[in-house]
Amino acid sequence: MTTPTVSAGELLNGDLPVLSRKDFVSDQEVRWCPGCGDYSILAQMQKMLPELKIPRENIVFISGIGCSSRFPYYVETYGFHSIHGRALTLATGLKTARPELTVFVVTGDGDGLSIGGNHLLHAMRRNVDLNVILFNNRIYGLTKGQFSPTSELGKVTKSSPYGTVESPLNPIRVALAAGATFVARSVDRDTKHLEETLYKATQHRGTSFVEVYQNCNIFNDGAFAAFTDREVRQDRMIYLEDGKTLRFGSERQHGIRLDGFTAQVVENAQGDDGLLVHQTNSENPTLANILVGMDYPAFPVPVGIFRAVDKPSYDELVQHQVDDARARHEPRFEELLNSGETWEVS
Amino acid sequence: MTTETRLPAEHLVQELDRVTIRFAGDSGDGMQLTGTQFTKTTAVFGNDLATLPDYPAEIRAPTGSLPGVSGFQLSFSSSDIRTPGDQPDVLVAMNPAALKTNVGDLRAGGLLIVDKDEFNATNLKKAAYASNPLEDGSLAKFQLVPIEITRQNELALEGTSLSSKDKFRSRNFYALGLILWLYDRSMDTTVRWATEQFKRRPEVLDANLKALRAGYNFGETTELFRVRYEVPAAHVAPGKYRHISGNEATALGFIAASVQSGLPLFYGSYPITPASDVLHELSKHKNFGIKTFQAEDEIAAIGAAIGAAYGGHLALTGTSGPGLALKSEALNLAVMTELPLVVIDVQRAGPSTGMPTKTEQSDLLQAMFGRNGDSSVAIVAPATPSECFFMAIEAFRIALKYMVPVIFMSDGYLGNGSEPWRIPLMSELPKVEYHYAPLNGDFSPYKRDPETLARPWAVPGQKGLEHRIGGIEKSGATGDISYDPRNHHEMTLARAERVARIARDIPDLEITGPSSGNLLLLGWGGTYGAITSAAEAARKRGLSVSSAHLRYLNPFPSNLGAVLSGFKKVMIPELNTGQLSLLIRGRFLVDAVGFNKISGQPFKIAEIEGKIDELLGLAGPYTFDFGQSASLGG
Repeated sequence: MTTPTVSAGELLNGDLPVLSRKDFVSDQEVRWCPGCGDYSILAQMQKMLPELKIPRENIVFISGIGCSSRFPYYVETYGFHSIHGRALTLATGLKTARPELTVFVVTGDGDGLSIGGNHLLHAMRRNVDLNVILFNNRIYGLTKGQFSPTSELGKVTKSSPYGTVESPLNPIRVALAAGATFVARSVDRDTKHLEETLYKATQHRGTSFVEVYQNCNIFNDGAFAAFTDREVRQDRMIYLEDGKTLRFGSERQHGIRLDGFTAQVVENAQGDDGLLVHQTNSENPTLANILVGMDYPAFPVPVGIFRAVDKPSYDELVQHQVDDARARHEPRFEELLNSGETWEVS
Repeated sequence: MTTETRLPAEHLVQELDRVTIRFAGDSGDGMQLTGTQFTKTTAVFGNDLATLPDYPAEIRAPTGSLPGVSGFQLSFSSSDIRTPGDQPDVLVAMNPAALKTNVGDLRAGGLLIVDKDEFNATNLKKAAYASNPLEDGSLAKFQLVPIEITRQNELALEGTSLSSKDKFRSRNFYALGLILWLYDRSMDTTVRWATEQFKRRPEVLDANLKALRAGYNFGETTELFRVRYEVPAAHVAPGKYRHISGNEATALGFIAASVQSGLPLFYGSYPITPASDVLHELSKHKNFGIKTFQAEDEIAAIGAAIGAAYGGHLALTGTSGPGLALKSEALNLAVMTELPLVVIDVQRAGPSTGMPTKTEQSDLLQAMFGRNGDSSVAIVAPATPSECFFMAIEAFRIALKYMVPVIFMSDGYLGNGSEPWRIPLMSELPKVEYHYAPLNGDFSPYKRDPETLARPWAVPGQKGLEHRIGGIEKSGATGDISYDPRNHHEMTLARAERVARIARDIPDLEITGPSSGNLLLLGWGGTYGAITSAAEAARKRGLSVSSAHLRYLNPFPSNLGAVLSGFKKVMIPELNTGQLSLLIRGRFLVDAVGFNKISGQPFKIAEIEGKIDELLGLAGPYTFDFGQSASLGG
């Protein structure tokens, strides 16, 4: 072959590109069911990507298997549609080998929390600099309607005609337990919040974990409608904002305070006295763990950033070790070959 | 023995061509260290040698018990040798359990050195001896030399600050010193090694060296040994040599592939016996730009390697049989996405957990076929510990040129075994080339090179080549998802044909001995030494026997069919139930006869010779003699 080659070090383009949403739309026909929540997530992502001011060729989307995992085909960047549950392993290898790339992982509640649960834990504890977007629709859509690890107890599905007898995982709680440094939740139909949350995730170093409540209008329609519908959203969701008092309601008239180790709703709270102030950068995840326990209907459902703490990422630490070793000991292969006990035969 | 009568003794010196020694003791007795140090000394002295470490999977089985016995065998010679020896000439047994599990292998008349102090009632009972074998005459056919190693060693260490437990643990240095004396070897190599090893623990260094010298001096002054042996240096090719194990050579070979290609090496692995040493070795050499990733499981290890391959790096993962099973789905993803990836399989005895520290060749069919769909990968297999170096480079040459996963099949015997190795000059290292997709070309992810059928390697960061790949079948024309019947048919054939074409690019199979005759021994992998030596011995007896050893299992060398057709009979010795036999019979319609041993131990030369005699009508049906080991615990 006589093709010109590029070395691994020469791949980065120095110019900052001016790109628009349409630059991130691939020529592939989008094949999700009409009305699927995935369309909104794709649209917000394509809107957000130009804001990163990163050349398209330095962005990679990696997915596993499931409806959400078709995502890479629709984004005009590098993309890898891998196998069930393993997207995070490919992403970890790619990012570790090539720390200069921006890597997204698109996964679902089955792909990320069932078959791929182990990898999710380990990516987050290592703090690999990945942007993990978990589409949670609480159902298996691609295989046509079985319950998932986030389906509620008693859920009647094709594979649980008498209702499930297993409790669901809360993805945010899992992320906090694994020591994730950026943990957030958003909703497919709250487009502005979703786009903002995706952007903030990309600005974080280390693993950014974003759970997106995503409606599967075929097999689990309306799973989140009770609190995400536009008319009730302000009263039934609470937007977490760093440094701000936890308030919700159309007039922000209600608040959240602590009663021992549990959250408590204060209706029509007078002033901010006693109300919790949200803090994302606390090393201590206790507050985030209390907030994650707030479920509808007893509580407004928290969306936004639960936790964002700054720690060196795995890939940068690995690169640092390599650079450091190289600086201390020049790589001379001949010397390595001839190391240890040697002898001459003439 | 009585120390009062110890006087400098006159010793006869007898020259030998080849000696096989086995050190055996409790797994806490440091027998691997003793064996390794004797090996290094012998290598530096200039003998040819081969080693066989044989240890239990339990890190510390109950002290003194039969399952807790650890052994290290080496054979060294003044001429070229290829195996660690069929039968030890010398056995050093540090306790009754070690004696019981190993003495069955010692040749009649062989030298048997035991630590007499350890033959007490408790240890005899643990080893299920009804009476003391040192006293009941059961060892009469050996030259039995009982020595009070424990007590002598304690005396030598009197006045040191070591606890009595630590004193006991240095007995292996005493035994090493004694054997070094017996074979006229210098203590220098061990002294240098120990000085470096224990530089932060001077009291331990001092004690170990005292023990070593005490053992050596005991040999010098005692009259227990009338004869001292010399094994002159071997005549080998001139050059600079080092001693190397298969796993070390494997790691060095993959670093060489990185150096020669200019691509950084990424190694994803999950610890598993007997492959972990490759991870240990590679993780030391980060200054070569190597990134090692100790994954959360076998699947993550290969997944990360695939990610690195996609990113344009030299991507490697390594494991043993159970791990290869776990990796199979992801390996298929590399098959489907046609990425360059090398998978090391240091095989061990299976199935399931099997016998982790014992060797076997039983993953061949798993490597060939252990995936869903029609899924062809290239397979290479080194034949000796040092050959692991060059086959590692070769694995990446193939992977990069053909954009294909390559399985590198080593085994426990090769990985842990060791031999002297002439260090290659930098100019002797093969070139390893790679090409990323051209930026100015007419790019399509599956547009194949007309010669190799390799698809272009477009890596993130290359502007204008943004594309999507994945496990779903793709159109060969556009790279888009395709369920088109003709496309799948053609893509499946193209993936297989691409692997088949590697045969044009690899050396022909060489025959050792005449290229036609009555019997061909065909082997692969770590059985090379025993097979080649057995065929050679048969020819010396005037028999028409040749041998050939496959380093390429998929595809086979182009001339394999022609080689097979030159012989009236073909015998395939394998440490499995006949996996290569199945492939050869299926591919070439040759009535090959399998010779199969599944004991976790390598072939002995004599075993293969026995089967040769059977096939040539010189003897009756051959049956294995597994010796005393079969009655373990009885």
